[in-house]
Amino acid sequence: MRPINEMQLTFESRSANEAFARTAVAAFAAPLDPRMDELCDIKTAVSEAVTNCIVHAYGEGSLGKIYISAKLFPDRRLRIKIRDCGCGIEDVKRAMEPAFTGFPDGERAGLGFSIMQSFMDRVRVSSRPGRGTSVIMEKRIPER
Amino acid sequence: MPLILNISDNVVCARLSGEIDHHGAKALREQIDSAAERVRPELLELDFSAVTFMDSSGIGLIMGRCRLMESLGGRVRVSGVSGQLGKVLRLSGIDRVAAIDRAESPARSKKDQERRRADETDQ
Repeated sequence: MRPINEMQLTFESRSANEAFARTAVAAFAAPLDPRMDELCDIKTAVSEAVTNCIVHAYGEGSLGKIYISAKLFPDRRLRIKIRDCGCGIEDVKRAMEPAFTGFPDGERAGLGFSIMQSFMDRVRVSSRPGRGTSVIMEKRIPER
Repeated sequence: MPLILNISDNVVCARLSGEIDHHGAKALREQIDSAAERVRPELLELDFSAVTFMDSSGIGLIMGRCRLMESLGGRVRVSGVSGQLGKVLRLSGIDRVAAIDRAESPARSKKDQERRRADETDQ
């Protein structure tokens, strides 16, 4: 199915860009006229994925690029791809388990992937250690 | 992100506002922890009623404060939770660790309250 609109963003893995990323994707999704709670779901999922790139893929203290592309489809699906060229994930399945965290200092809940999975319709993660990770998420906004 | 701390003998109340994400969480926890360590209150209240967005960094913030208050011999209460925040909190299961007071904001629409009631019956 061909998208009816698409966009791409590239930005540095600075934590200040977490708000920029979720706001930009929410603005792109606006033509679907999502409800407030659906918009919040999308913003939260994007925030989690981008935070993972900053905290885990590149690690705080080093900078890299984060790439977001998003597409809107005629069946009212929003597809978001968030990609980094960071350290990658050895065991994606394990990383996606609830409460798994690479930083067990008590300040990171380890809920990023759980939130993405429960707030979006579909989440697919692919990763190559040393090369980077990409997260593809989809959500359909029903017509009202 | 502005934070208002109300400090009395036995209670430190941290009124959070705006958007809570990984970017802002560090400054928040440093300010809250320095007050809690100084006052050593019985209760640390985290008031989320003016928070408009929160991702899992907010859960990390609550978890870390629970741990701190436990080490100081006190406890944490979370208040002013509604809408999207409630959804994130429920998913985390943090309500098994900290006392959560649901918000009853008069500004909230009737429809929203009904939806919330329906959500609560679901649990």
